[in-house]
Amino acid sequence: MKTVKSAAPSTDNRWRIVDAAMRRLGFQPHALIETLHVTQETFGFLDEDALRYIAATLGVPLSQVYGVATFYRAFTLKPKGAHHTCVVCTGTACHLKGLPEILAALEAELGLSPGGSTPDGKAALMTARCLASCGLAPAAVFDGKMVGNLTSATALKRIRQWVEHES
Amino acid sequence: MNPGVRVKTFKIDGLDVAGREDQTVLDVATEHGIPIPTMCHLEGLTSVGACRLCLVEVVGRSRLLPACVTPVEEGMAVVTNSERLQNYRRMLLEMLFVEGNHICAVCVSNGHCELQGLAQTLGVTHVHFPYHYPDRPVDASHSRFVVDHDRCVMCTRCVRVCNEVEGAHTWDVMGNGANVRVVTDLNEAWGRSETCTGCGKCVHVCPTGALFEKGHSVAEMLKKRQFLPYLTAMRRRQ
Ligand code: FES
Ligand code: FES
Repeated sequence: MKTVKSAAPSTDNRWRIVDAAMRRLGFQPHALIETLHVTQETFGFLDEDALRYIAATLGVPLSQVYGVATFYRAFTLKPKGAHHTCVVCTGTACHLKGLPEILAALEAELGLSPGGSTPDGKAALMTARCLASCGLAPAAVFDGKMVGNLTSATALKRIRQWVEHES
Repeated sequence: MNPGVRVKTFKIDGLDVAGREDQTVLDVATEHGIPIPTMCHLEGLTSVGACRLCLVEVVGRSRLLPACVTPVEEGMAVVTNSERLQNYRRMLLEMLFVEGNHICAVCVSNGHCELQGLAQTLGVTHVHFPYHYPDRPVDASHSRFVVDHDRCVMCTRCVRVCNEVEGAHTWDVMGNGANVRVVTDLNEAWGRSETCTGCGKCVHVCPTGALFEKGHSVAEMLKKRQFLPYLTAMRRRQ
């Protein structure tokens, strides 16, 4: 049986979810779309590391992976020019523990809504179906770093830091 | 002829013709010297029916069919050059002209361009649609080649030759709708591609000046295609 050959892009536990999806589909090239879906749902977007890893593991050419990832509207690539990304979890636990209030605050204070970026385009906000950290709900990932027990105040503070730092 | 393959007899423009069941209408027309305009089709590559310039009428069917991917059928009557088809073909070419930025006067392929040649042969004298003037990039990062997306007509010959003949699959198509574009690897600079072997096959199958070799100025880029039937024949012998 084929196993995961190339190493995951990082030690982030969420890669196990992606690996499990690829294994379930026998690491076949036709598992591409399903794997991209799982990765998108788990990470909130697809970045270059993810696309390279999936291409190498499933044995699909890079350009083909890129073609599929940009053809379907269901997939979001890391926005070009976005130096910072915030992925908020929209899973049940996070929703019940206050995600809607946090999203409302980001919208009201920074004009930032899911799928959008700050006016300077430097920070992008995205959503993931479940970040697999339900115990930390509400959870979000700021530039690859998981932050639990998120409040509107901490979310605003982090994003403001990015924006001010960049300007 | 392979004895296992059946032969179909039918008509093209009133002429009685015969073709093997694995041939397309375009194959048989070409064998009989009947011209059908083509652009995305290239002998030696898989046909994909992308450009629609080879559309023909089949008597009794309301839909027009692309000759390059339509298998021959017993008794079919094909019309290749009606007034209606000529109008559609001119319209398709006009749409290609407005969709990109085709400025022949400054193009390396001026005089050797298939788009330009088709427009001349099919009598496109002026363009009836508004020009889009899309903002498209030029990538000159490769040491020997350039891709100017302004001149790309999305025939995907480069994608197919790279995958089917060279085996590198450096090129593919990204996006959808009006935003489609050919890309190398993860839409990275061509010069940094890890998969590109620098063979130049894509450059030479490109019908326009979208892909060209550095060091050529206006009208100097001649495409050499003899490698394609040669490689196909040599591989069949192995
Ligand atoms: S619901 Fe938020 S991490 Fe699972
Ligand atoms: S040549 Fe047949 S569709 Fe392009």
